[in-house]
Amino acid sequence: MWRYAVRRLLWIIPVLLGVSLVTFLLMHAVPGGPWDQEKPLAPQVVQNLNRRYGLDRPIWQQYGMFLARALRGDLGVSYSYQDRGVTQIILSGLPITASLGALAFAFAVVAGLGLGMAAAIKQNTPVDYLSVLFATSFASIPGFVLGIFLLILFSATLHWLPTGGWGSWKQLVMPVLALGALPAAYTARITRASMLEVLNQDYVRTARAKGLPEVAIQYRHVLKNALIPVLTVLGPYLAFLVTGSFIVESLFSVPGVGRLFVQGVFARDYGLIMGSVLFYAAAIALLNLAVDLLYAVVDPRIKYA
Amino acid sequence: MEVNSQTGGRGRPDAEGGARRPRRSLGQLAVQRLLGNRLALVGGVVVLAFVVLAVLAPVIAPYDPAKQNYLALNEAPSRAHLFGTDNLGRDIFSRLVYGARTSVSVGVITQLIILGIGLPVGAIAALAGRRTDNLLMRLVDVVYAFPDLLLIILLRSIFGGSIYMIFLAIGLAGWSDMARLVRGQVLSLKEREYVLAAVALGAGGREVLGRHLLPNAIGPVVVAVTFGVPRAIFAEAALSYIGVGVRPPTPSWGTMIQDGTLVISAYPHEVVSPALAIALLMLAFTFLGDGLRDALDPRSARAAR
Repeated sequence: MWRYAVRRLLWIIPVLLGVSLVTFLLMHAVPGGPWDQEKPLAPQVVQNLNRRYGLDRPIWQQYGMFLARALRGDLGVSYSYQDRGVTQIILSGLPITASLGALAFAFAVVAGLGLGMAAAIKQNTPVDYLSVLFATSFASIPGFVLGIFLLILFSATLHWLPTGGWGSWKQLVMPVLALGALPAAYTARITRASMLEVLNQDYVRTARAKGLPEVAIQYRHVLKNALIPVLTVLGPYLAFLVTGSFIVESLFSVPGVGRLFVQGVFARDYGLIMGSVLFYAAAIALLNLAVDLLYAVVDPRIKYA
Repeated sequence: MEVNSQTGGRGRPDAEGGARRPRRSLGQLAVQRLLGNRLALVGGVVVLAFVVLAVLAPVIAPYDPAKQNYLALNEAPSRAHLFGTDNLGRDIFSRLVYGARTSVSVGVITQLIILGIGLPVGAIAALAGRRTDNLLMRLVDVVYAFPDLLLIILLRSIFGGSIYMIFLAIGLAGWSDMARLVRGQVLSLKEREYVLAAVALGAGGREVLGRHLLPNAIGPVVVAVTFGVPRAIFAEAALSYIGVGVRPPTPSWGTMIQDGTLVISAYPHEVVSPALAIALLMLAFTFLGDGLRDALDPRSARAAR
């Protein structure tokens, strides 16, 4: 297990190197430079700026400099936010994005497990049909489309919730629902299928036959075994949600990493795009590794060699 | 699903249908099963309807989608304007119809690009083995590590704003899943008894590939494409929504949503119709994809019960 973890961790390094190299080369293929403005700068100024930021050196040296800085946690300069570097920009939005994602994840777990379990226990009743209906419809509707319907319902029509912003719980409701509904629906689907499969197992019949109370059967025998496939579905969503959705953040004007990023894209801030790509790739790789290792803790049958 | 792939792979008799089934009827059987699945059928019809809408857009749309009419700004739905008009007085129904054209072509063309890269890369990696496999799969790892939408935005800023370049960017960011899927399929099929038997009987590489490997690998690929189309459509809509996708005046559901959210409190109808169109198409593709998966792989149908 430990050897597996270390190997996976080490493997992330070349992958990220690849990602950074591809990003770096792509950025250099972008037409135009950072000093292009409506009014052209004097050639001497451009030359000085290039020297100041090392842009006059050979491209492999520039890549080396970029890597060396990135290793020290400096993801480079942003061209649209001139007072802050890319690292500071990401760090300033990260707590908001991560807490929004964590709430959405919690919602997905609670709602998804609840619905899935209810559906499986009450199979072929209206409860089951309703939750299956919910699961199939919301599993395919993207968060930002759902967000629009929420906006129309709760803000434009009922005037219950503000259209966006960050700070009060009222501003949290819609983005959490928009982000969490899709994973919740998937979780409900898998939970139901997995519970039904476990309910048909011999050991459940044995438990019933020896007269265990239904609650004990459901909890000790069914739920624990049914949860494993659910985890494999929920795991990847952790990375997906904690890193956030810049579309949903833009829709609800949440000042997270995503929205800062969108503003950067709009301003053609290549430095910010490049830093964000690297940051996100690293965060997703590490989170997914953590989730994979968690499986082995939860399910003793899984052994990583 | 997950559980099934662990327990069901070899243990369940694959021969169940194989013995009875006459040759070349796998496709017919799948079509039969698909037609028997009502939800999948509905999904297929809706998808088809959108395709017809896209192809016949000039015939169906009552107005020029780009024509602005300052005497009819933000009009509510009426007989003259079925879904009302937007903030520039453009007919929303006509824009939706032409937007379907953008969405459908995004869906189809990106999947062709993904197939065009992913299929050969996956197949070559699986068949060539060893060093080639290693090299190609490490490349896939790097592409896979990129967050999808960020890579698309990055590629887009290099390729420029033409709509074809958006197709290319979405395709180039999305082929790694396909390559992995095809490689896994070919690797597992390669070891099956009937392939070994064909090789033992002296079948050449081309015959084995064309006769045995590809036809049997095609099912999961078709399913992946069916789920890939809505993902690409969503990516385009999301990009257009944040303003880096399809450029005006080309109508796109994403840009319509962007325009509509600006006036969401006063004129919610402007954002409802494009959001509904996206949701409907996504739902239709999910039903169709689920149905296809069940039809092409009877084992997964049993697990989902």
